[in-house]
Amino acid sequence: MSGEFRMPSLGADMAAGKLVEWLKRPGDAVRRGDVVAVVETQKGAIEVEIFTSGTLERLLVAPGTTVPVGTPLALVREEGAPAEPAPRPPAAGKVSPAARRLATRAGIDLSALAGSGPGGAVVAADVEMAVALREKPAPAAARPGLDFDAMRQAIAAAMARSKREIPHYYLASDIDFGPARAWLSAVNRDRPPERRLLASALLVKAGALALRKFPDMNGFFSEGAFRPSAAIHAGFAVAIRGGGLIAPAIHDADGMGIDALMDALRDLVARVRAGTVRSSELADPTVTVTSLGERGADSAFPIIYPPQVAIVGFGRESLRPWVSGNVVAPCPVVTATLGADHRVSDGHRGGLLLAEIAQLLQHPETL
Amino acid sequence: MSPDAIRAVLIEEIRRAVPGSTPEALPDDRPIRDEVDIDSMDFLSLVTALHQRLGIPIPEADYGRLDTLGHAEAYLAAQVAAKTGER
Repeated sequence: MSGEFRMPSLGADMAAGKLVEWLKRPGDAVRRGDVVAVVETQKGAIEVEIFTSGTLERLLVAPGTTVPVGTPLALVREEGAPAEPAPRPPAAGKVSPAARRLATRAGIDLSALAGSGPGGAVVAADVEMAVALREKPAPAAARPGLDFDAMRQAIAAAMARSKREIPHYYLASDIDFGPARAWLSAVNRDRPPERRLLASALLVKAGALALRKFPDMNGFFSEGAFRPSAAIHAGFAVAIRGGGLIAPAIHDADGMGIDALMDALRDLVARVRAGTVRSSELADPTVTVTSLGERGADSAFPIIYPPQVAIVGFGRESLRPWVSGNVVAPCPVVTATLGADHRVSDGHRGGLLLAEIAQLLQHPETL
Repeated sequence: MSPDAIRAVLIEEIRRAVPGSTPEALPDDRPIRDEVDIDSMDFLSLVTALHQRLGIPIPEADYGRLDTLGHAEAYLAAQVAAKTGER
């Protein structure tokens, strides 16, 4: 059986994408999860993965072409399926006059082409594809850089839609970060820098784990209904130098060990900076976590990224007066905030989620 | 290793951690992280690179001593000297 590999939707704000490069060729075996193409979007160049295993049979869109989301980009013969009505005999001879002219001009060997026209005839589009594929793929460094204006437009479109459609409510809670900071210091003391943990890893883990008890804040709201997600894919907001941000997913963040999560964060930030984010990471975060970091503001009032229904924010860790029993003492404090969707949940539930996150952070060794 | 050589490594690694930055133009006494906009993850990458290139320990407790170019150079030089002395 043949399947279609389509232009993916990489977020609520994406209408079309430009195919920049094919990383596989017709006849190549592909496995689920393989990166097969590079697509340029408003969020930069994205590596697009395939979700079936089999053989790449035919490419339908030539590099350099912009097509709407959902457009078939290639045909894939699924694993175990018989070959298509046989790779059409190339020498069968049917070639349209336009194709022949193009082929002669471009120096394309017609006998090596599979035809997509009636009866397997080689048509002009087949020759154009062959020409486009012959061009050497652009080296990674020459891939299109970020278009900051386009990214700004994409962020504006998504956020305008969010503010227009989603009745947000916002909550904040200060969290005693003392135990977490002490634990991080103790763990990092004996580790070389490349194995040290950042507070963000604990915060993402605590947020994802807490969401297990709050399915009404993890999933997608579309076409008038909320669909909770069984998996917790935490979109982690990463600022891009020069402006803009994206929040690719850390898949199944709730089940990851803290070291694996830290590795995932490190890898994600590096790839955002290098412009090699994968399509699945952009398409499927079920919730977003934003951590403002050491030099950020004290708290965020985060805006939901549709079609998600919640976003958790963590402000800068700072020493603040903290009352414990009858004593006021300096204590590292992080303000956690929540922006959530009133169509799905209420402030009471949101408050419980923040309390659960705070509770988890009192026992960092269990995260 | 001379102070100049250490400074050269430092500047090179800041530039690598933050592509497009011009750390060589930084005044000695300004906070590096604010001037070059280095977030926590970039800073960890920088520390990792300095640790690997200079072969010195840079414990988390010492991060504060890497706040300006002047302080960082002095700190790294002391760490390198301590390491050489051990041999």
